Amino acid sequence: MENEFVDLETRKIENKPIDPSQVKGWGVDADPENDPTYPMRMRGSKDEHAGYSWERPPPQPIDVEVLHSNERPNVSSTFGTSTPPAGLSGMIRRRAFNFSENSYGHWVPLMLADRIGMVEGVVSDLAHGHVPNIFGEMGLKAEWKHNRTGLLMKIGAGALVTAAVITVVRSRRQDSDE
Amino acid sequence: MLAMNYRGPRRVRIDQKPEPEILHPQDAIVRVTRSCICGSDLHLYNGSVPDTRVGMTFGHEICGIVEEVGQGVEKLKTGDHVLVPFNIACGKCVFCQQEMYGNCHESNPEATAVGGIYGYSHTAGGYDGGQAEYVRVPYADVSPTIIPEWMDLDDAVMMTDVVPTGYQAAEMGGIQPGDTVVVFGAGPVGIMAARCAWLFGAGRVIVIDHVDYRLEFVRDYAPAEVYNYKELGDVVVFLKKTTDWIGADVCIDAVGAEATGRVMQTLLGKQLHLMGGAATALQWAINGVRKGGVVSVVGVYGPIGTLVPIGNVVNKGLTLRGNQASVKRLLPRLMEHVRNGIIDPKALITHRIPLEEVAEGYRMFSAKLDNCIKPVLIPPRARS
Repeated sequence: MENEFVDLETRKIENKPIDPSQVKGWGVDADPENDPTYPMRMRGSKDEHAGYSWERPPPQPIDVEVLHSNERPNVSSTFGTSTPPAGLSGMIRRRAFNFSENSYGHWVPLMLADRIGMVEGVVSDLAHGHVPNIFGEMGLKAEWKHNRTGLLMKIGAGALVTAAVITVVRSRRQDSDE
Repeated sequence: MLAMNYRGPRRVRIDQKPEPEILHPQDAIVRVTRSCICGSDLHLYNGSVPDTRVGMTFGHEICGIVEEVGQGVEKLKTGDHVLVPFNIACGKCVFCQQEMYGNCHESNPEATAVGGIYGYSHTAGGYDGGQAEYVRVPYADVSPTIIPEWMDLDDAVMMTDVVPTGYQAAEMGGIQPGDTVVVFGAGPVGIMAARCAWLFGAGRVIVIDHVDYRLEFVRDYAPAEVYNYKELGDVVVFLKKTTDWIGADVCIDAVGAEATGRVMQTLLGKQLHLMGGAATALQWAINGVRKGGVVSVVGVYGPIGTLVPIGNVVNKGLTLRGNQASVKRLLPRLMEHVRNGIIDPKALITHRIPLEEVAEGYRMFSAKLDNCIKPVLIPPRARS
């Protein structure tokens, strides 16, 4: 079965005829009343308009710093305790939470803090006597195993660009010295 | 314990970290036996999700054995082998009461737009995830489900996210018998969405991607008509032509923020991070669906604005639906489908990788090396 609107000469994958009625499970969940479907379907439950009034689960003790959105009045009953805010990135994150999720003032500083956190991570590694194996962390072993040519080409291209930049910078310096 | 450790964009490693503890009476501690790398983990891996902190452990598709439970846990006990849905849900808030378990209001203090998700940045609650030997599981009585004896562990771990997300993508399309359904993206979720579209009675299922080995897989697995968009010229014109100039009845975006295919979207969304991702697939979906049609979005985007032709949504009278999958809601039906052989989740797993090689696993999945479709990480104790 081929589509008349596709250039067959350049096409790599050939389609096969499909008879829906022969597809295993065809129509087993068909339901003409599935409209409105999820997530609208359950609208109208009894407490829907009661606001933030449900019986809350017991609260998790807050023994790490937790930042919470200013679009809610409190910390949720449970929360994650991974990597509390710290350092310069933590200071930026705290300020970001002065802005709502509706504001770029919230999200852009968080992205900035993520990048600063990356540098802080390297500094922390070194401070703990651990020299990060950047190439290992990038998983280049997999690239070497399964895409060696591509990896070598990327390294070659990178080396060429670096060499070109160095050459240009050197020639400009020589020009300015003269 | 061994745990994945995020070090910055495209850098992860395996490290020793402290084992998690019970922090809330409804917590459980689970010893991980399987944990997948998800396509949405790549948004974190690439540094696209705000408030992804160095030192965090990712992983929201988890199976494992209950090691310890808090004093308030009644349904689970030590030794139970459970699958852990990726949503952290309290079961009590108004959204959980409406079975919107992906929208729980009591599991994420950092953002109101999304509920808590394991290992998915502080924007999704700041929980360490399951790409580790142990994981803390909050509200253990609500979502975690004991794996039935007949179910294969590889099937079980796929039930924590991939299968329900693909199924819900088709469900939210409101597919009517005979409908033409177009799925953008032949990753694990797109493959599953194409498979499930048939269950709702689709008359024709088309999958669009640019990775040939994945297209070949979904062609035979779903089954589906498949097209590499690089061979089509203008994707939307092709969809109009192949639907007798009307457009598809339902379009599903199973790509999200990492889409390729349009320079402007890639530049603003992926390279400069000025948008919540490259919305190429969503743009094609909106423009490729027929007037009055439905666009179902399960592709993950960041929280800031994204460039989509919203005017066409109005002018064409489209219905736009999206949500994180409500895994707990869907599990009973989907388990039936697996048991009856209608859905074969583990067929998508192409790589079983030791947890210690997590950096190579991410690289392989991200760069689509070795025909990778779905990698599963296996901790040392689960291999013995």
